[in-house]
Amino acid sequence: MTRRKALALISGGLDSMLAARVVLEQGVEVHGLNFFTGFCVEGHTSAIRKRHMVKPKRNNALWTAETLGIPLHIIDVSEEYKDIVLNPKHGYGQHLNPCLDCKIFMVNKASAWGYAESKGFDFVITGEVIGQRPKSQRREAMPVIARESGVGDRLLRPLCALNLEPSLPEREGWVDRARLYGFHGRDRKPQIELAKHFGIEDYSQPAGGCCFLTDKQYSAKLADLWRSRGRRDYELDDIMLLKVGRHLRPNSRYKLIIGREQGENQYLEGYKGRFTLLRMESHEGPLTLIDGHPTLQDLELAGRVVARYSQGREAAWVRLRAIWPDGREKPLTVQPLTPTEIPDAWHV
Amino acid sequence: MSNPHQLDTRGLLCPIPVIRAQEVVSRLPKGTRVEIIATDPGIIYDIPAWCRIHGHQVLHTATQDDEYHIEFQIC
Repeated sequence: MTRRKALALISGGLDSMLAARVVLEQGVEVHGLNFFTGFCVEGHTSAIRKRHMVKPKRNNALWTAETLGIPLHIIDVSEEYKDIVLNPKHGYGQHLNPCLDCKIFMVNKASAWGYAESKGFDFVITGEVIGQRPKSQRREAMPVIARESGVGDRLLRPLCALNLEPSLPEREGWVDRARLYGFHGRDRKPQIELAKHFGIEDYSQPAGGCCFLTDKQYSAKLADLWRSRGRRDYELDDIMLLKVGRHLRPNSRYKLIIGREQGENQYLEGYKGRFTLLRMESHEGPLTLIDGHPTLQDLELAGRVVARYSQGREAAWVRLRAIWPDGREKPLTVQPLTPTEIPDAWHV
Repeated sequence: MSNPHQLDTRGLLCPIPVIRAQEVVSRLPKGTRVEIIATDPGIIYDIPAWCRIHGHQVLHTATQDDEYHIEFQIC
């Protein structure tokens, strides 16, 4: 009998891990696929911040694949993914998360990858559970994903298969339906029990899922970016910078991205030559990027804001230096703002 | 012995260095040594994990100031 091959979408979370494991248990050859959209929570922020933290800054998708003993292929879809974020056919969830379009996109990409170059994959596995997420994992969304991804009944959801019509892998006997599951709803206990059954003790369960677009604050920053530019668009650097630092917009001409710690300062340093920088001179303090086109008067105010987040916040005067991408520099001596002089509305 | 193929991923965050490594490995013959230079500390876990998954052999890892160097052999 031919050993069947399946492609599992691996996010790095528990559900996709369990789904792959359930199918592996049935003797199917499973490979993992992980998509880099640019919005992945995966390691980015911990890579930038808390550089000396004890916990390893591991990539959970890689770690999942290694734990399962399967190959993992990480695919950069960040450019194509823009269309999903900017023009979601099925709309957004609670924030700017286009979860249903995203799932359709990923299942489609997985099948295209798996069938290309005669790789010979027979079906696609996801860790979806009916009712777990309000947008993409509703019962009504399940057939939409199968249909619009083009994968049809070659899409197997091992964790909730018993709540759905049998898929092709089940009907053909490639997997035994009796050894699949009927999980539903937001309760995580069944997954935790199954993990325990498989002896899996260490797994990732990010609270907001694996995507920054489900995060209220992040979505607000992205919406602010679009508003300030007068168009809905982004580059990879834009969305990476939304993950870093404090973002304050004192007026429509510019936004400040203020490093919160050494790791962020170092990351922001990598953008010198592309943004105007504010660098502290008289005291320890953050490195700040200025996104936009501030006037000289704006620079003075920007310096006063940044001084507030420096070691000189109580000092009478603080010295900084503005450095433009073309190398021009301007020294600034400013009085730090008091907390009450920074309106809440400036915080993006 | 020839110098390893250099892959500079400084300034890039995980998983982009891993994606770049995948791309390089798909183009180079078995036996080639690849040295990745990165600033994301996550690489010291991710590249060895990726090598173990795909059967490549890590030859050397080093940290220098805020840069991370990993050399592996395509197997």
